[in-house]
Amino acid sequence: MKTENATQVVRLPILQGYTKEFYDWCHQRELRFQCCQQCGTWRHPPRPMCASCHSLQSEWAPTKGKGKVYCWTTVYQALDPAFAEDIPYAAVVVELDEGLRLTTWVTGVAPDELRVGMPVEVWFDNVSDEVTLPKFKPQVAP
Amino acid sequence: MPELTDLRDQTCIVGIGETDYTRGTPKSALELALEASMGAIEDAGIQPEAIDAVILPNGAGSGGTAGDFCANLGLQDLHYTTSLQEMGGAMCVSAVESATAALASGIAQYALIPLCSRFYSGRRARQVTSDPGTGLQAAETIRDYYAPFGVAAPPQHYAWMAQRHMQLYGTTHEQLGAVAVAMRKHAHLHPNALMQRAPLTLEDYLSSRWISYPYRLLDCCLETDGAAALLMTTAERAKDLRKQPVYVTGVASGHPFPPHDIPNRPDILKIGLDFCASRAYAMAGVQPSDIHFAEIYDCFTGQAILQIESAGFCKKGEGGPFVENGRIELGGALPVNTHGGLLSQAHNTGMNHLVEAVVQLRHEADSRQVKDAEFGVVTGWGGHGHGSIAILRR
Repeated sequence: MKTENATQVVRLPILQGYTKEFYDWCHQRELRFQCCQQCGTWRHPPRPMCASCHSLQSEWAPTKGKGKVYCWTTVYQALDPAFAEDIPYAAVVVELDEGLRLTTWVTGVAPDELRVGMPVEVWFDNVSDEVTLPKFKPQVAP
Repeated sequence: MPELTDLRDQTCIVGIGETDYTRGTPKSALELALEASMGAIEDAGIQPEAIDAVILPNGAGSGGTAGDFCANLGLQDLHYTTSLQEMGGAMCVSAVESATAALASGIAQYALIPLCSRFYSGRRARQVTSDPGTGLQAAETIRDYYAPFGVAAPPQHYAWMAQRHMQLYGTTHEQLGAVAVAMRKHAHLHPNALMQRAPLTLEDYLSSRWISYPYRLLDCCLETDGAAALLMTTAERAKDLRKQPVYVTGVASGHPFPPHDIPNRPDILKIGLDFCASRAYAMAGVQPSDIHFAEIYDCFTGQAILQIESAGFCKKGEGGPFVENGRIELGGALPVNTHGGLLSQAHNTGMNHLVEAVVQLRHEADSRQVKDAEFGVVTGWGGHGHGSIAILRR
């Protein structure tokens, strides 16, 4: 895995609508997700309505940015040529303490050292002038 | 109010058509789809003008629009058309469900379901994902939340499920390989299978290169060109047609929740088929133990194992041991993908699974015939885990 700012990610999200709001928070070094203002249910990827109570009112609520490795796949063939220099890399699903899960990378750990339940915490990688991706690294014991 | 069971055996597949499956073709998608359509029409022994419904599994991506099929086949009085595009690879079995609804309700009398897949000559599935142009929410989820992390193609995000299955249940690489080997053995018996003459042992499987762990090259389906078509009508009309009718005795579609995003499902192994299989069996009035063969949407070996479980052939987590020891091979307890499947026949988005089920239930499958086959199951899988299931009988 690469160090901060060294990763050449060509596949960038399109910053529009909710997706722009999500990544703009990342750009400010905050991992925030939509949270229903009526019933408090989190949701991701972002969308207009809370599926639990059907409220259209939500806020971008902060998370602590800590969680655990849920599952992953280690990619050996760069089906997307944008990642040719990164293989092998692990595309990891992290489950946050708040219960949400997201697709990400866990850096500083070789793919074959990943374990289910491994505690991880977020860091923010400025992959372009506009786009900051939330990535994770192993939690440092307090 | 009508009950779901009222639909049991009310509609039939009365015609099948299929082109050669190839890697590379000079023909357009529409030409291939029309060739397959005429095959199905002639197989049924009707005149093309009788068709008043065109169900397009993949919308205009099925080979053409409804208008294209009208203009070319000479359909003067189309009553009904619809598309199941969002279902992905579950679209073809869901198209049978839509046709059943249109025919049993009297909206239409003869329904054509055509599909061409140009996965070799057209854009490859591996390229679809970071493309923003489809307008489908699942594609946008990939583009905005997966692709920036190098998750851009089905063997990658589907591998999450396979890895989770291995971790929870101890499913092994050899068990994934048993699926690949069984499909290949069946392809050897099919004259229109791409891998008819290519041997495959478990050792070959285990030495094939990694694509996206736990998936190797030989866990992945083929990329081929070709088309197939089904012709359906009501049971009453089917009696007068050329071939033995194959009855749609149960059919249903289902969706995982949330449908667009795999990681945020409470259980990422709870797939669309889990939501619909019991409905299809209830409609049919049969049990999984009554089924003689299954054509399972085998885009990847692990997805085949998931669907074998969700279709009720074994308990959750027991799919790995289930596929071992020849149990899913011809002569085994539940022959699966008697044509070779997406892994070794061709990838026609599961239309080839429906065609094979009809061939089996007509008892026309020659050396790969499942003896005395009376009930068969066909499943579909697509998008991020949408599911569908048809229970067919002779």
